[in-house]
Amino acid sequence: MTKKQKKLFIRIIVSAVLAIILAVLDLKGWYALLFAVPYLIAGYDVLFGAFRNILHGQVFDEKFLMAVATLGAFGIGEYPEACAVMIFYQTGELFMNIAVGKSRKSISSLMDIRPDTAVAVRDGSEVTLSPEEVEPGETIVIRPGERIPLDGIIIKGETAVNTSALTGESLPSDKVCGDKVISGTVNLTGVIYVRTTGTFGESTVSRILELVEKTAENKSRAENFITRFSRWYTPCVVIGAVLLAVIPPLFFGQDWSGWIKRGLIFLVVSCPCALVVSVPLTFFGGIGGASKKGILVKGANYLEALEKADTYVFDKTGTLTKGAFAVEAVHPGKGSPSVSEAELLDIAAVAESFSTHPLADSIIEAHGGHLDKKRVGEVEEIAGMGIKAVVDGSVYYVGNGRLMDKAGAAWHECHLPGTAIHVSRENDYLGHIIINDKIKPEAAKTIERLRALGAVKTVMLTGDNEKTAISVAGKTGVDEYRAELLPGDKVEQLERIMAERKKLRGDGGKVVFCGDGINDAPVLVRADVGVAMGAMGSDAAIEAADIVLMDDDISKLADAVKISKKTMRIVRENVFIALFVKALILVLGAFGVAGMWGAVFGDVGVLIIAVLNAMRALIAKR
Amino acid sequence: MRKTFKVEDLDCANCAAKVENAVKKIEGVKDASVSFIMQKLTVEADDDVFDSVMKKVVKTAAKVEPDMTIIM
Repeated sequence: MTKKQKKLFIRIIVSAVLAIILAVLDLKGWYALLFAVPYLIAGYDVLFGAFRNILHGQVFDEKFLMAVATLGAFGIGEYPEACAVMIFYQTGELFMNIAVGKSRKSISSLMDIRPDTAVAVRDGSEVTLSPEEVEPGETIVIRPGERIPLDGIIIKGETAVNTSALTGESLPSDKVCGDKVISGTVNLTGVIYVRTTGTFGESTVSRILELVEKTAENKSRAENFITRFSRWYTPCVVIGAVLLAVIPPLFFGQDWSGWIKRGLIFLVVSCPCALVVSVPLTFFGGIGGASKKGILVKGANYLEALEKADTYVFDKTGTLTKGAFAVEAVHPGKGSPSVSEAELLDIAAVAESFSTHPLADSIIEAHGGHLDKKRVGEVEEIAGMGIKAVVDGSVYYVGNGRLMDKAGAAWHECHLPGTAIHVSRENDYLGHIIINDKIKPEAAKTIERLRALGAVKTVMLTGDNEKTAISVAGKTGVDEYRAELLPGDKVEQLERIMAERKKLRGDGGKVVFCGDGINDAPVLVRADVGVAMGAMGSDAAIEAADIVLMDDDISKLADAVKISKKTMRIVRENVFIALFVKALILVLGAFGVAGMWGAVFGDVGVLIIAVLNAMRALIAKR
Repeated sequence: MRKTFKVEDLDCANCAAKVENAVKKIEGVKDASVSFIMQKLTVEADDDVFDSVMKKVVKTAAKVEPDMTIIM
């Protein structure tokens, strides 16, 4: 508790103790006015605040209404009641204050990813600066235990890095020379020298902090409803209180004090605090819980929309698959001349040893051994087809079917899905190598989980060929796929899916698009909920998406949906409980069944329950 | 233009709702949102009138919630 909160707490305790003592003593007559002491101890700030707000013309102010209710209670001789109402009310306020403070702290612990200093190496010596002062291209040194201040590439040293603050991933990640490192993560074991790739303002950590700051701007429909509701709730209840207090005595000759008391009870529950606080608090908790798992949600409205998601559209490469190519099979040709698998791979790898193409990398990696580049003579890259290289004195063609046609080699397709790299010596076909993009191990399981969470349709979009698409679709379990798409086609496909779904089930469900953000920006923007993956270091993803998954683990999408469902469930519970209890108190109060005690107890009770329930959203279990 | 301001001493959630409702009614304000939990006020208005709109926002907010200050 803060100092202010502690002071209020003490006041409440002192006041309560005094009130209990006075109640036990069962004082009569003028002595009963001693109840004014605990009353004032507990509520003097409420009275002052009420008075001041009246000067500004605020009639429907919470403090004023509470003041009227309690002073009115004093007026009709209900001294213990008046004290109880004030004490309980202040308890509710204190509780709410503490709960909100705790929630704010949880978001600021996310802010702890902000690095304070960076150590740059300038003119041979180390200079400690603020991260903003480091230029791109400079070298910084990061020691074990320090937070990495800027995005960059390791140029010397190796280490393990803790990314849990960004991704929620507790296992450390090994980084060696040439690897990218991300700002906001913690350097664990080794000293590393990093060449920065951008300014602090452009860094991942800055982008995330900005994102977190902005989540408050995007309110959910539930929150907007509550704000509109609170506008008429209080005036209605107050008018009801006045009518209740005045009409029966005036027009039906009823007893004044009894009906005034009922009117006061209305005033006690005239503030919709439980609702107005608990709904935003719940979303806050949901967003906070998600961020602990490395899922950044840009606003409560997206969490709300995700709960209704029934259609999921996935990009293939980098989303369902790793986006890293690997040799899957080496198939020497059946005819003559025949070469062994090892020879085929060797020729291809040596021929490709000067190439920078990602497919070349995977062949070289599969080869594994030392490549004697001296064996390679002239190399010619033929765009869109492959390369022609002289290796060990002979001319080889390494590339796609079109290259084989050009070489005049009798090539054939492979039955396996994937990208085939054919090899020929002059016009003799030697065989082919199948390269594939590995499907993420968690992909199939994620589709399953999404189905269990309400996914009615899952679709995969890819620019890859039909055969590869069928294979990946089959292995991951998506319902449908669209293959051989040009980059521009994806938006059109998404819109078609969205229109189709809307026709079938109306506006109720939502369509989610999940991609790796690199060229998916328009699709991310168009979808009801755009989810970008592998955001570590990708600005386009963070900009265009509504929800950002910090690492490459696609199962986090299912986690996000689960969190959204839990959050919305808690929101609905709170709205229901708050409205129900308030209505109950109003009805019972109007009929004279409930006393002021019961009213304030119920009201504060509902506030406490709603707030505690809202805090539940912060807990994000697996 | 959409700009977010930090606010101080916004003590009750209902007050936040009141300020939001009042600011939304100001002429020139396209949209407004107050977050009690984050202690932030967001106002959206046309670029050319933004400054004059903000002056009205500050006045209105002070009337509705005198304790609260907007950090400009």
